[in-house]
Amino acid sequence: MAHSGISVLFEGTNFVRLLGGLWTAVWIAALSLVFGLILGTIFGLLRTMRNRLIRFILLLYLEFFRIVPTIVLLFLVYYILPRQFNINMPATWMAVLAFTLWVAAEFSDIVRGAIESVPQHQRESGLALGLTQWQLFRYVLLPQAFRLELPATINLATRVIKTTSLLMTISIMDVINVGQQIVEANNQSHPTGVFWVYGLIFILYFIVDYPLSVWAKHLTAKQKEI
Amino acid sequence: MADEILKVEHLNKFYGDWQALHDISFDLKKGEVVTLLGPSGSGKSTLIRTLNGLEPFKDGTISFKGQAIDPTIKNWQALRQEIGMVFQSYDLFPNLTVLDNILLAPTKVQKRPREEVKKEALELLERVHLADQVDSYPRQLSGGQKQRIAIVRALAMHPEVMLFDEVTASLDPEMVRGVLEIIKELSDRDHMTMIIVTHEMNFAAKIADKVLFLEDGRILEQTPGKQFFAHPQTERAQEFLSSMDF
Repeated sequence: MAHSGISVLFEGTNFVRLLGGLWTAVWIAALSLVFGLILGTIFGLLRTMRNRLIRFILLLYLEFFRIVPTIVLLFLVYYILPRQFNINMPATWMAVLAFTLWVAAEFSDIVRGAIESVPQHQRESGLALGLTQWQLFRYVLLPQAFRLELPATINLATRVIKTTSLLMTISIMDVINVGQQIVEANNQSHPTGVFWVYGLIFILYFIVDYPLSVWAKHLTAKQKEI
Repeated sequence: MADEILKVEHLNKFYGDWQALHDISFDLKKGEVVTLLGPSGSGKSTLIRTLNGLEPFKDGTISFKGQAIDPTIKNWQALRQEIGMVFQSYDLFPNLTVLDNILLAPTKVQKRPREEVKKEALELLERVHLADQVDSYPRQLSGGQKQRIAIVRALAMHPEVMLFDEVTASLDPEMVRGVLEIIKELSDRDHMTMIIVTHEMNFAAKIADKVLFLEDGRILEQTPGKQFFAHPQTERAQEFLSSMDF
């Protein structure tokens, strides 16, 4: 067993480098989710209001980010923005920007749907107590919407984490990119290394995403009971 | 005596082309209990909902304590603190405990100190025999309990008038009595000014100072309570009463 492929994972600092790549992917995903959820909540609230112009603009925004493939968004922020507008930021931050705008778009639709599915009676009994529109949102509609939107939000999070695999296309050293380098560097000495490297990446993504997916399923089942 | 709380003059309301309320006029004096009676679809609920701005109206005026209401969102929001309303569907907020349901509006809208409102809330809960449910969530309560708490929640705002929109219509029969007793007590003990939409004729006969009998969005008859049930003026009201009599 001189050169069993699996040993490529433990040559030098390979394993640590792969974990480092995973960390890059995770923090970009996490930060994008935090910003995106905040922005998406605001957009979602605005989309339940009566102003048609705001609703129309936000609908266009949603459709744009829903239709355009994420990889195109990444190219847009990585190649076009810096050149056209002279914005020079590290690739990781541009990735956070693209992912945030995408998450905000998707989440605004989740929030809007959840708020609209709170029964009309709830809205009326809040108004009848003299609550202002904002107080109604803050104390009555949002807390109830939150429960409804939680499973969809977790699913969105798992999608964001998976989509970080595209980060290599804008030269971010995420786990895929690191893996690719290891495979190429060790192709001669470990011909089967590619199997082990991608196998490990598969397991790493699985470890991050699977608990979220189980959590979402659990919450959905619990909501059906009530 | 005889302070006018609400006065409605020549009120018309449309849903699209369809006219839901025709030339409604009546007044409500302090301490008075008015019940709105009439067949389903006669406009009772529409009328009572118009009185706290949940339904807009086309023309006519509603005056509160002698002041004609300018029906902006902001004005209605302020007025609703004085015009309490309880609905058929007893919508407590499911994300809040009984106590927090009651405290929400007085502390957030009226900015009253939490401790003071809490003390009052506990007294009110005591009155409706639900003091032991103060920390429960609405899903743990029966329909009748929820409706009694919805009444307490409205009372905690110290409203000048209470509107009751078919508050017992979706309750199990054995729950109805408890709720009606509370409303009766509000009238007898607190002299609360109230407008009540109900299908409980015996209750209406006991509590109404004045009956408005509606059909097809019109007030057919406006009669003192005792007289309405003994000698309704219109044939239509007579038919209605005998149809409810089993």
